Amino acid sequence: MSEQADKKLDLKGLLCPMPVVKIAKGIKEVEVGQVIEAEASDPGVMADIPAWCKSTGHELVKMERVDKTIKFWVRRKA
Amino acid sequence: MLMDTALSTATVANTNPNATKNKLSMVVLSGDMDKVMAAFLIATGAAASGMEVTMFFTFWGFKAIQKEGVLTGKSLMGRMLGLMNRGGLSVLGPSRLNMGGLGRWMFKLMMKQKGAASLPELYDAAVDLGVKMMPCAMTMDVMEIDPTAFKSNCTEPVGVATFIQEAAESKITLFI
Repeated sequence: MSEQADKKLDLKGLLCPMPVVKIAKGIKEVEVGQVIEAEASDPGVMADIPAWCKSTGHELVKMERVDKTIKFWVRRKA
Repeated sequence: MLMDTALSTATVANTNPNATKNKLSMVVLSGDMDKVMAAFLIATGAAASGMEVTMFFTFWGFKAIQKEGVLTGKSLMGRMLGLMNRGGLSVLGPSRLNMGGLGRWMFKLMMKQKGAASLPELYDAAVDLGVKMMPCAMTMDVMEIDPTAFKSNCTEPVGVATFIQEAAESKITLFI
């Protein structure tokens, strides 16, 4: 199942802090209200993306883990 | 609240309830690969989380912001120091098990194999995210390091009062 995304990011193979660095960069490239879909493989992402959303105020729409791939959707809030 | 974030669980962090800015300030005194890596990792993570970040470099920490292969020193002792304490991210060795450079080589290789960002990659990400890097004027004088030895993103040399001003308005302060 997938959400509608305005931009896709491949973060697979990246380790901390790069997934957060890339999503911070990516979120600036979409409009407020738009959604980024990303795929990552670092398990740290499971804790870090919710934390990043809390710090920045962007909305974590959904996060799911299928085997070793973590997929998540973030909506730009401001 | 910031207290809820993963960042605040770092035991070395001091949180300031009177902070006027969403900001992190840190002193980087160490020139060890592992500690400098932690410094840039936290700096990039904080900047990516929307924080303003200032890094204040002093003593061995200078190595992290020095250009590669530029020898420093004016007097005999200063030049000796420059020779034995070369700057640049590529020369930094781990604080333990460096074993004359073997440890550095091993860590770099293992990080690469795992896909972890290298020190230069972390540095570039920090610059990209607008992390402010300030060299300490006093130690530059003592160690005879010229401002031209530092990478171009660094600010002019500053003193302790500048760091205190930055730290006083920061939510998080770190000493590495």
